Amino acid sequence: MQSSLGFPILTWITFLPIIGMLLVLLVPVGKDEKSREVSHILMRWITVGITFIQLILALVIFINYNRILPGVNDVSSFQFVERLTWIDANFPLIGHIKIEYLLGIDGLSAPMVLLTAIVCFVAVFPSFIIEKAVKGYFAMYLLLDTGMMGVFVALDFFLFYVFWELMLLPMYFLIGIWGGPRKEYAAIKFFIYTLVGSVFMLLVMIGLYYSVGSFSILDMINPANYKPDSIFAGFHTTIRYIAFMALFIGFAIKVPSVPFHTWLPDAHVEAPTPISVILAGVLLKMGTYGMIRIAFPIFPDAVGYFQSLIAWVGMISIVYGALCALGQHKVGQRDFKKLIAYSSVSHMGYVVLGLASMRPEGISGAIFQMFNHGTITSMLFMIVGVIYDRAHTRGLDEFGGLANKMPVYTGIMMVAFFAAIGLPGLSGFISEAMVFLGAFNTYPYLTMVSGLGIILGAAYMLWALQKVFFGKLPERWNRPWDPTGKKFPGDDLIAREYAALVPLAIIIIYLGVYPAPMLDLMNSSVTHFVELMKPYVLIGNFLSGM
Amino acid sequence: MSGESILYIGIAILLLPILSFVINIFFGKNLGCLSSVVATSILGIVLLLSILVFYNKVFHHFENKVVLSNNFLFEISDKILQFKFTWIDLQTVSLKVGIGIDNLAAIMLVVVALISFLVHLFSIEYMAGDPRFSRYFAYLGLFTFSMNGIVLANNFLFMYIFWELVGISSYLLIGFWYEKKSASDAGKKAFLVNRVGDLGFFIGIMILYFSYGSLLFDDIFNKIGQGVLPFGSENILTLAGIFVFCGAIGKSAQFPLHVWLPDAMEGPTPVSALIHAATMVAAGVYLTARVFAMFTASALSFIATIGAITAFLAATIALTQVDFKRVLAYSTVSQLGYMIMSLGVGAYTMGFFHLVTHAWFKAALFLASGSVIHEMHHAAHHLGDHHTDPQDIRNMGGLRKTMPWTYRTFLMVTLAISGVPLTSGFLSKDGILAGTLAYAQLTGGWHWLIPIAGFGAAGLTAFYMFRLLIISFQGEHKTEVAKHTKENNWIILLPLFILSILSFWFFYSPNPFDANAGWFTKAIVQPKSVVPEHMQWEFLLINGYTHTEVNTVPQSSEHISLNEFAEAMHHAHYPAMFLSLAIAGIGILFSFLFYQFKILNPDSILRQFPFLYKLSFRKWYFDEIYNATVVAGTVGLAKISALFDLKVIDGLVNGCAWFTRQFGYFIGHFDNIVIDGLVNFLANITGFFGSLVRYLQTGKVQTYVAFAVFGLILLIYYIF
Amino acid sequence: MGIGLSHYLILSAILFGLGIFAIVTRKNAVLVLMGIELVLNSANINFISFAKFNNLNIDGHIAAIFVIMLAAIEVAVALAIVLNIYQNYKHINVDEIDSLKD
Repeated sequence: MQSSLGFPILTWITFLPIIGMLLVLLVPVGKDEKSREVSHILMRWITVGITFIQLILALVIFINYNRILPGVNDVSSFQFVERLTWIDANFPLIGHIKIEYLLGIDGLSAPMVLLTAIVCFVAVFPSFIIEKAVKGYFAMYLLLDTGMMGVFVALDFFLFYVFWELMLLPMYFLIGIWGGPRKEYAAIKFFIYTLVGSVFMLLVMIGLYYSVGSFSILDMINPANYKPDSIFAGFHTTIRYIAFMALFIGFAIKVPSVPFHTWLPDAHVEAPTPISVILAGVLLKMGTYGMIRIAFPIFPDAVGYFQSLIAWVGMISIVYGALCALGQHKVGQRDFKKLIAYSSVSHMGYVVLGLASMRPEGISGAIFQMFNHGTITSMLFMIVGVIYDRAHTRGLDEFGGLANKMPVYTGIMMVAFFAAIGLPGLSGFISEAMVFLGAFNTYPYLTMVSGLGIILGAAYMLWALQKVFFGKLPERWNRPWDPTGKKFPGDDLIAREYAALVPLAIIIIYLGVYPAPMLDLMNSSVTHFVELMKPYVLIGNFLSGM
Repeated sequence: MSGESILYIGIAILLLPILSFVINIFFGKNLGCLSSVVATSILGIVLLLSILVFYNKVFHHFENKVVLSNNFLFEISDKILQFKFTWIDLQTVSLKVGIGIDNLAAIMLVVVALISFLVHLFSIEYMAGDPRFSRYFAYLGLFTFSMNGIVLANNFLFMYIFWELVGISSYLLIGFWYEKKSASDAGKKAFLVNRVGDLGFFIGIMILYFSYGSLLFDDIFNKIGQGVLPFGSENILTLAGIFVFCGAIGKSAQFPLHVWLPDAMEGPTPVSALIHAATMVAAGVYLTARVFAMFTASALSFIATIGAITAFLAATIALTQVDFKRVLAYSTVSQLGYMIMSLGVGAYTMGFFHLVTHAWFKAALFLASGSVIHEMHHAAHHLGDHHTDPQDIRNMGGLRKTMPWTYRTFLMVTLAISGVPLTSGFLSKDGILAGTLAYAQLTGGWHWLIPIAGFGAAGLTAFYMFRLLIISFQGEHKTEVAKHTKENNWIILLPLFILSILSFWFFYSPNPFDANAGWFTKAIVQPKSVVPEHMQWEFLLINGYTHTEVNTVPQSSEHISLNEFAEAMHHAHYPAMFLSLAIAGIGILFSFLFYQFKILNPDSILRQFPFLYKLSFRKWYFDEIYNATVVAGTVGLAKISALFDLKVIDGLVNGCAWFTRQFGYFIGHFDNIVIDGLVNFLANITGFFGSLVRYLQTGKVQTYVAFAVFGLILLIYYIF
Repeated sequence: MGIGLSHYLILSAILFGLGIFAIVTRKNAVLVLMGIELVLNSANINFISFAKFNNLNIDGHIAAIFVIMLAAIEVAVALAIVLNIYQNYKHINVDEIDSLKD
């Protein structure tokens, strides 16, 4: 039984922001200061409204989602499926091309859809601080929203690719126009890096099309669909290994896994707060989502061949990312955002390690970690944004004693920090523990080494906590943030910051105590996924025989 | 009372303190002083409930019963009341968790609740006027919640979860006065050092989960009992035990991770009493006792060795410290070493017994020190003296006169910790020392070092505790500040009284010289080891009853055969008692000779052994060594990584970009010069010819006509 | 010897030659125009003679009438141009009107 709501909810949730974008573009911008202010307010609240409706739609999906259907490789067990022919034509040289508008979600993508809706909604609030080219900003923001949502609901590889590229462009402008001092450098680095990944993806996609005769990911997963003597036919062929590696690198760039990660710190440092939030909260997940949706099920034999390499990539990302984050206390500008950027590298390493485990705990943990990292890191970036908006600096050494000046802020911040270091009772712990339990079964030694990430993670986070929040307040901050009292009345958080931070904090605590809602969402898909991969991969011995 | 209702009360005990946390964190500002009243009364309820559970569990018998209600599986047996439920369900795999109450947990619940309650009470006065008054009580609530969670956990997952949560509450409370860098440093250090131990603990958990597919103690022990070995290897079972014990090394501040506990004294003193003396640091011992059944002989001897080293090492450091709380902190480390050592040698009951007795008298010691420091602080404040360190014992002296009740309670518990007869400390310590003697007899060889360390530490303990007592309380006032101290009010004194009374023997055993005569040893029965027999100490194998089980056997059974260890411990009882009495006596005697009667001059003796003095005073240079190796190494590696990332990896990326750009420039120039050059060359040639033809262009119509005609003529000529 | 087609054609050719000569050599624009008239009329003579001696018949006459009409219009336009040239240059010397060159 497929869930269906009588209206194409996935199309709505994906293209609603486009409508919002048109609305924003239609808002007239006056010449004088006052009317411009009014139109800015209008544009902000249009975006809030649109993303809020999107969030409601995501919740509708979440509630109506049938937790029993597995999805993964069978279109009949996907939910809210929309299937239309998009392009169906004969072309002179390349022959017949059929591209479908095929949307649908399963347990692998449902958490991501929810995450995207949540993050896009909360990230609007820190966007209120944007004063430059407001119209363009919100238009780009909503376009980005569509691109990201599309990636998570598309089941046609070509459509996926279109959304993937669609997301790239607004991101480039959002960093390049509204960014910090080195914004051009960061934006172009981000753009080119991702484009390199896209090229790999494009090549493999075309190869797959000629082997299968369809762009549907689900058709590509089924080995029976491969034409004999096509390039990807058969198993364990060199060309398949190469193709998998190309896809994997393409996605690993997005994750980002060491050694393809260096665009991330730069992009984060230069991007404005809300864009950092989206970048860390949603964009990084596309990499790991691409692996689990496309690369792994289409090339399970290659996963088996490269499995330990993937685990190594995960392990190195965890430890190396954490070490680099710790190093930020000593090296460079001691930028708060850079520290969190590296912590993202480390935390996304857990996802890769969990995926490499090919165990239900590991994969569930990985997807759960994707969700949790999305919420936790979004909070962390907004927390940095809060002080950056006030003090116009993010130097770790320039603060101290904020706990006394901003007690509520410190309280909320502690939730995020402790969640990031995997404190039980907060969602990060459960996913990390599950990843470890799963990964230990498959790769005991790598997992033990990865455990160092826990200690290092605590070290850099607590260090930052101590530097920024504890100790004595430096003389220069010993006055109101905003002497006029217009923008920041009082020292502590303001309403829109509460609106952004509190929902995330509640989600983090709730899922930390009671993870079942999220786990139920993905359970049957993950189980099915593991079944699908099992013949090809190394898996821990316990239960595999049971 | 039925088993289920006791479990429901257990849940209430677990959750009530978190209520205190929530109330105080969200409404503390509005509650003001009331926040302490709310927190303390909630803890009062918890205490009553804990006593109820204790009474009903320990002194009643339960029939075996299994009830399933709402996915909660209740398993009631006389040994343990527990329920289990599935917390994380992944269809093919699921993680079951739950809580369980056995005698161990029931007794521990009372220890935690009582001390927590008394500390709450004490803090009302001690923390009065602090700007974060309500926050403090919130953290205490969080801590009590987490600690109860450890006590009630019947699985490794909950154990680990609450293990981390006590860690975080300890972090928050150590760094409570975070304006001081030393305080926030100490909190960070405590958390990180604990994390190192926790990583080991977690690896142990992963090994067990990997091998047994469950994290419930029951399931794991049953499977080990059935002979299932992790990775199919006996050594891995030993290793798993040692990894799990790593958690205890961290939390119970055992060598080599003991360095965080003395620094943790930066926290408010009542916190030190609650967390860093009586309960949280005992969690490691509790964990070791909890999973005692899965330790192999090699793991146990590792545990015993670590305990013995810690007991002795910390005692030597405590000898020369001058900070009131630091002496007590090292004493705590040393006593925790005792407990661990006791478990390691197989004297399970005595180890846990010492945990309980130590909890009372060490909490009392800390609260008394809190009373002293509070008064010293007030007096210094009153005098406007900001230079005198209120915690330095060299600034005290003569407090006996100004603070008589504090002095009396302090004296009582000092007697207890020194192992003077008629105190609880004597009972438990004597039992432990008898255990170590028996162990050494049965194993021989280098294992004799364990009782030697134990007895040595006993003597040192007596010595440094009386040194502390004499220097700070006896004699004349050494400073103005000390002279201006006065006795605290009843809120501070009441907890001291209660705890010091609990240090008398009669609460535990009617016979002040034999713990085995009391209820305690009947209640706490050494669990039967589940590891394969050839991996256990053969002398612990049950060919009769263990020492403690003797008491639970109905008196009618005539032939009580002890296992070898129990028998040896029984024989060692009197030698151990006399030896420990003599050693404690010597320690106390020397203390009086040095500090009270000043017959011997400590300084001149120390001057003869400057190296030993330095070694003790600088805490065997552990901090220095760790800072120079582990900390510097990690930070250095982090620095190198960050630079590597910035210069090499990012450099490579930028290098690629640079190369591409240079290539682009090159192509650009090639395009400009060569290709465009060719095109321009063609254009130029055309232009040249054009300019030649241009001369024909006169602009005069007549010329054109003439050309036309000329052309026409040529055409005609050409055609014809 | 009667007057045949070739006589007319010779007359026409002479007239054409004179006309071309006038167009090429005269400096005065009006005289150039008169040369053009001569050329046109030489063509008319051709048309008429072909009409008479060959089978062009009425078509030759019609063409000649068209040419005469055309010549009249042409003169009108050309004189207007010449007037304009005179207004701009104050002379009508064709030699000096070479701004077309640039």
